[in-house]
Amino acid sequence: MPPQMAETLKTLANAAPDAEESQEPPKAAVRMVGLNSWYGDFHALKDISLELPENRISAFIGPSGCGKSTLLRWINRMNDAIPSARAEGTLEIHGKSVLGPATDVVGLRRKVGIVFQKPNPFPKSIFDNVAFGVRLHLKASKSEVDEIVEWALHRAALWDEVKDRLHDSALGLSGGQQQRLCIARAIAVGPEVLLMDEPCSALDPRSTAAVEDLMLELRKSYSIAIVTHNMQQASRVSDYTAYMFMGNLVEFGTTADIFERPQRQETEDYITGRFG
Amino acid sequence: MAERRVPLAKRHRKDRIFRRGCQIIASMSAGILAILLIAIVFEGVGALNANFLSGAPDPDPAVAGMFPAIMGSLWLLVLTMLVALPLGVAAAIVLEEFRPKHKVLRKAHAFIQLNITNLSGVPSVVFGILGLTVFVSMFGLFGNERDPLLETGATYVDQFYNQGDFIIEVPIDDPMAPETVPVDGMTIYTYEGTAMELNLLGDDDDWPEDEEIAMRSLYSWDLPGRNKERNWWYFRLPFGRGVLAGALTLMLVILPIIIISSQEALRAVPSSLRQASLGLGATPWQTVRRVTLPAAFPGILTGAIIAMSRAIGEAAPLLMIAGIVFITRAPSNLMDDFTAMPLQIYNWAGRPQKEFHDLAASGIIVLLTALLLFNAIAVFLRQKLQKPLS
Repeated sequence: MPPQMAETLKTLANAAPDAEESQEPPKAAVRMVGLNSWYGDFHALKDISLELPENRISAFIGPSGCGKSTLLRWINRMNDAIPSARAEGTLEIHGKSVLGPATDVVGLRRKVGIVFQKPNPFPKSIFDNVAFGVRLHLKASKSEVDEIVEWALHRAALWDEVKDRLHDSALGLSGGQQQRLCIARAIAVGPEVLLMDEPCSALDPRSTAAVEDLMLELRKSYSIAIVTHNMQQASRVSDYTAYMFMGNLVEFGTTADIFERPQRQETEDYITGRFG
Repeated sequence: MAERRVPLAKRHRKDRIFRRGCQIIASMSAGILAILLIAIVFEGVGALNANFLSGAPDPDPAVAGMFPAIMGSLWLLVLTMLVALPLGVAAAIVLEEFRPKHKVLRKAHAFIQLNITNLSGVPSVVFGILGLTVFVSMFGLFGNERDPLLETGATYVDQFYNQGDFIIEVPIDDPMAPETVPVDGMTIYTYEGTAMELNLLGDDDDWPEDEEIAMRSLYSWDLPGRNKERNWWYFRLPFGRGVLAGALTLMLVILPIIIISSQEALRAVPSSLRQASLGLGATPWQTVRRVTLPAAFPGILTGAIIAMSRAIGEAAPLLMIAGIVFITRAPSNLMDDFTAMPLQIYNWAGRPQKEFHDLAASGIIVLLTALLLFNAIAVFLRQKLQKPLS
């Protein structure tokens, strides 16, 4: 990596936290203690312990296959769909256990929204996409649904672009618009935590910028966890960064610390591009 | 290094030969179909007229028609699809969308899947035998067709034929009651169902001249015969050789086709859509109901129509159920005797006279028209409804 690029990364990392915020350490939204996970015999997550703070953006970085997506997908139990996947240890959201058999997955996923790598709007209208989750969870009248959909589209910074064609197919939107629609769809059901699994890796730079701006805006109301392969992105948007390697959590700290003063040699190697 | 290239001209020539060969083979299959169609049309178009469509089978080929067969096929088709479509789609959903997690259940799941794949290759006449045991006689558990264990929707009448060849009917409430003895002034019905007052003649009375009186007159020695009249809701266990048993047997034939095509349609729905729905907190059933099934609907519909065209052309299993019977009217209840287009064609084609062979050809034209119509609808729907999914 050229030196000036590393410099840019550091300045970006410094600029990330909001100046007007209080300096008190925020409460934990998600807490993991000794979390282990397996796919069949493959040990995918090894003894992970960390706390994702409330109303902050936490980024997970690391090479492919290091377990960051697996970790993310345990937070709302999306891994349940994989027959061989299992997890042990403590995983709590605002003090409530996630992994226990008593957890109602349907209720959990309402509290923990997820946005996937590839935009995946339903082959329905823009309106119906956002209203989908609302209609699942609420007995809302038509006008209430209208209101929530408009609110969510405003929050996702998409309203002005789609307000005249709410009943057109969502598949006619551009990739970046589709991804923001998926975010609108996720926040319409009122989650506390938003999981984003490489939300920009299928988008062009301009759409990426739009989604990143949106994340910084949403951070005021939601606790966000993002998996990314893009280190500039992690340094641009996140407050905290976790570096993972081979199923281990190598280092977790504020983004400024991780990018400027990494405690571990591996982290520094990965961030500066000397990895591998 | 010496070059050992294949000459370009040679490669182009091979390409041409191969392409030409494929074209010839493809046009041969189309040509065979064309020859078949032309032959059938030439043979059958002569007997094809309005009477052929609205008339009943007749020993005289000049006036014979296939109305009962067309109606029989229609009954079969509607009943078959009413049962097969929900069952088939439900089975496909279970197999495709609700895969079990537990190891033993997964084995059972795979076993069922294997069975369905195998069943789709079973000759349809085998299903005919199955239908005979399961639906027609129900393993003999409920008595037989003549003396069914459960029967509802039948009304009984005592029927008199009087001296003037008029039919006089008296409704009976209890089928086991003794035969009606004619009493002067009792209410009777004509064959058409008009209520009248019985005119009982004395032993020495002459037969009345007036037709109005004659049609309601009986001598005291006239004896009735007990008839069973079936209403449209007539139902019995076992089903007997009725149109319902035929439809359920056809359902066995097409169920594997519907299941497999529905499974393929469901599999074609991108899993990202399922994940999106589950990630929003939808239950698996809500995901199927609101996302997967609507997205798979055009494919399921196409498969269902293909299955329908298979069902309408089946003769072998129906032959086991209905046999070759001489039926001159459309079925009027679920247990009614029936014939179907393929059976009627088979019947006519098996006779020695040339005139009946022409009738069979006309029947084939009608059947093929229905088949091509179904396929056209399937293609049309596929073009119309198939939307991009992501």
